[in-house]
Amino acid sequence: MGKMMISATINGDAQQFLCDPAATLLDALRDELGLTGSKEGCGSGDCGACTVVLDGQMVCSCLVLAAEAEGRKIATIEGVAEGSELHPVQRKFLEKGALQCGFCTPGFIVASKALLDHNPDPSEHEVRYWLAGNLCRCTGYDKIVRAVLDAAAELRQETTTQRVSA
Amino acid sequence: MNAPQDKASFKPAYDVVGTRPVRPDGVEKVTGKAIYGTDHVAAGMLHGAILRSPHPHARIRSIDTRKAEALPGVKAVVTGADFPSLASLEVSLGEGSGNIAAISRNCMAHEKVLYDGHAVAAVAATSAVIAEEAAALIEVEYEVLPHVLTIDEALAPGAPVLHEDMFTKGLPEKPAEPSNAALCFTVGRGEPDAAIAAAHTVVSGRYSALAVHQGYIEPHACVASYNADGQVQVWASSQGAFMIRTLCASILGISQADIRVTPLEIGGGFGGKTKVYLEPVAIVLSRKSGRPVRLAMSRADVFRASGPAPGVVADITVGADADGTITGVVMEFKMLSGANPGNDTHSGAMSALAHYNVANCRVTGWDVLCNTAATAAYRAPGAPQTIFPVECCIDEIAQKLGLDPIDIRLKNAARPGDVGIMGMPAGEIGYAECLEAAKAHPHYSAPLGPNQGRGIAGGTWGNYGGPSTATVNLGEDGSVLVTTGSPDIGGSRAAMAMMAAETLEIAYEQVRVTIADTSSIGFSMLTGGSRTTFATGKAVILACEEIIATLRARAAVMWSIDVSQTEWRGGAVHCLSGDKAGTSLTMGQIAAKAGFSGGPIAAEVALNAQGFLPGFGVHICDTEVDPETGHVSVTRYTVVQDVGTAIHPDYVEGQMQGGAAQGIGWALNEGYVYDKAGRMDNPGFLDYRMPVCSDLPMIDTVMVEKPNPAHPFGVKGVGEVPIVPPLGAVANAVSRAIGLRVHDLPLTPDRVYAAMQGKS
Ligand code: FES
Ligand code: FES
Repeated sequence: MGKMMISATINGDAQQFLCDPAATLLDALRDELGLTGSKEGCGSGDCGACTVVLDGQMVCSCLVLAAEAEGRKIATIEGVAEGSELHPVQRKFLEKGALQCGFCTPGFIVASKALLDHNPDPSEHEVRYWLAGNLCRCTGYDKIVRAVLDAAAELRQETTTQRVSA
Repeated sequence: MNAPQDKASFKPAYDVVGTRPVRPDGVEKVTGKAIYGTDHVAAGMLHGAILRSPHPHARIRSIDTRKAEALPGVKAVVTGADFPSLASLEVSLGEGSGNIAAISRNCMAHEKVLYDGHAVAAVAATSAVIAEEAAALIEVEYEVLPHVLTIDEALAPGAPVLHEDMFTKGLPEKPAEPSNAALCFTVGRGEPDAAIAAAHTVVSGRYSALAVHQGYIEPHACVASYNADGQVQVWASSQGAFMIRTLCASILGISQADIRVTPLEIGGGFGGKTKVYLEPVAIVLSRKSGRPVRLAMSRADVFRASGPAPGVVADITVGADADGTITGVVMEFKMLSGANPGNDTHSGAMSALAHYNVANCRVTGWDVLCNTAATAAYRAPGAPQTIFPVECCIDEIAQKLGLDPIDIRLKNAARPGDVGIMGMPAGEIGYAECLEAAKAHPHYSAPLGPNQGRGIAGGTWGNYGGPSTATVNLGEDGSVLVTTGSPDIGGSRAAMAMMAAETLEIAYEQVRVTIADTSSIGFSMLTGGSRTTFATGKAVILACEEIIATLRARAAVMWSIDVSQTEWRGGAVHCLSGDKAGTSLTMGQIAAKAGFSGGPIAAEVALNAQGFLPGFGVHICDTEVDPETGHVSVTRYTVVQDVGTAIHPDYVEGQMQGGAAQGIGWALNEGYVYDKAGRMDNPGFLDYRMPVCSDLPMIDTVMVEKPNPAHPFGVKGVGEVPIVPPLGAVANAVSRAIGLRVHDLPLTPDRVYAAMQGKS
């Protein structure tokens, strides 16, 4: 079975990679592109550790074929910070102690950013249901939810005033 | 929230300890840079796959690997025949050989498979796809044997026996026949039967809980590289790189100096990563292929073949006086330990009543084997299963006697100086303080809505100390490098840096922490038993104290005075006499000139930490039960815990919240389910339902800080206690919400609904 050549925009950069027709996008990101920030916790769409944004839509990359990425835009955890400046969601995760082992963290951060990108003022209830597809076994979710709500509050202030450097 | 005001006097003032700085490994983990088990790549690496048994119990007649070996891209195929035999282990290890043989056979079956998912062969190939394909080409001829899945089946007369050489230990006489009962263990004192016969109020019942998985999100994974000269490197995520080294060396007959294990970041363990599953297999595949080999489990492999915590059935009777004093307890429990003898029976028996002062008691535990995955430690191993029935019975007595559920626990609570069941007086324990803090918490007196009930439960775990090594090195600029061998599973690098900074009286950011490979630092026991901040932390603190002594000696040389005329204050040495009196030297100034005053400044401390103390918790749980469906939701939850001194309160609270969430899952949703053929029915996160974000409320925490006098900063260990009370707290809340008790966990909607309908 021959490999396929795929062209896609990954975290803003035009990239090409080879993949087996049966390979998942998660496999391609991790094994072909060396972007190991997206994790595999289940491979079946149940844990969210592999969460990425595909053309603006949050997906489990373990459920997407790598070949489906052709011509599309993919945003992964590696593209969330702007250079060395952390995104407010990342910073709040650190400040609030919202990670223990950190294995679920990339998926939670990508998912939380996706939430705040389309809903800047979520309620606790909305955060909890948006993140219900991401499993964390360490934290009991409390500090994660608080970090996301705090990041939302900070981001709302920043859009009304000026973006202050971190 | 913090402890009650009058308890604040427990705590001396610290500059760094008790603050909440960002952890040193934080940025790597929020940006996706941190390297976990499956992220490590070695040059020329092959990919492995493991063939697993579809039968819960079978004899392996033959294994034909020829088709797999012939597949292009396949570089090695191994089976049990590639591992040392029991006879050769007996020669190399002597007494411990039986245990090591059991661990080896759990990694790779030899004569028999003992559970669905037991490894029977492994392949290394140039790609994961080829490896999987080759594994499927291996032909195994099985003689399928009858299997046992439950305690009743396992102990029935004439039941198929897993290990023909296993005779129950702990009985007055060695039994005549082998059986599936590995161990019987009894602790107790006084005259429990007479006390119960004379009691004013007696409650009893049979309680059960299913086996549950630790549920770490990162599956097991490793890379091993065997060189032609016999030296081996292993990269793995685990709770102990030294544990991997010791076990691989013993299983494979390799010198420990020839195995270098590099710890990768670990994506959760909770006790489940205190064993080897893949590493010895990867080493053998690498030896055979001459190339590095990666092995990784799928989620289904993790469920089928890595250790759940044992399920339990417990019969309990508790007697009390009219005032609620517990006069006698008799409990007999059976742990379902899976394919190999478990470790939870002793700790379960000793934990069951350790938070109460009971004059007359007898607790008997049985370790029972069956054809399911060999169990592994899970957070306070054994304690949740045995404390659950105790906490339910105390609740029932409180209801019968019209007592407040916290008051009855306060009346019976173990306190400092009380003699425990093992004959030792308790140290500075804080159970009573936790109960008082729970009673004072606004949650406890908040009104409840319709169909709601509030449950209380307490619990304890012994914690541990043990061997650890730490080194502290000063950079030439005076910055501080701490090195340990204890994997950081939830923020312990931060705790180490904070304790070092506090000791040295410097800023937290001046200290960096590395977790070294097994060839770069001395031995540390694995991260488990809530021991790391206590034991490894103590080694770090003592090493920093040595650094201070060295810095004072070096400054004395530079000032030409006696060291007694120096003082350490604010991260610098101060001169007390001579012509430099009143001046000081910073760590950077001394370190820059270290070459002239005696060489690099470093300290190493290796110790066996004693004086650990148990931790205690009290949980308050509100549940609401849907009368239409029996579905239980947790509407409010508060965790109160005696944590000793909280070094980094965020991570202490995080342990309390995470442990509570796991316990809630155990109580409400989780459990291993097998079909009649003995195959696990729910080996995935869809059907093995762990709590998700929308299932839980915020989890409030109250840290009761009663310091441990045997640790320089008062650390007790916090990680395990919080999974102990939730089983009872949830069950008690549900029983108060629906007005009757369901004795069997998990409290699934069908079970609760059936109970409400008056069915069984
Ligand atoms: S790995 Fe994709 S959802 Fe779990
Ligand atoms: S921090 Fe470990 S799984 Fe979320």
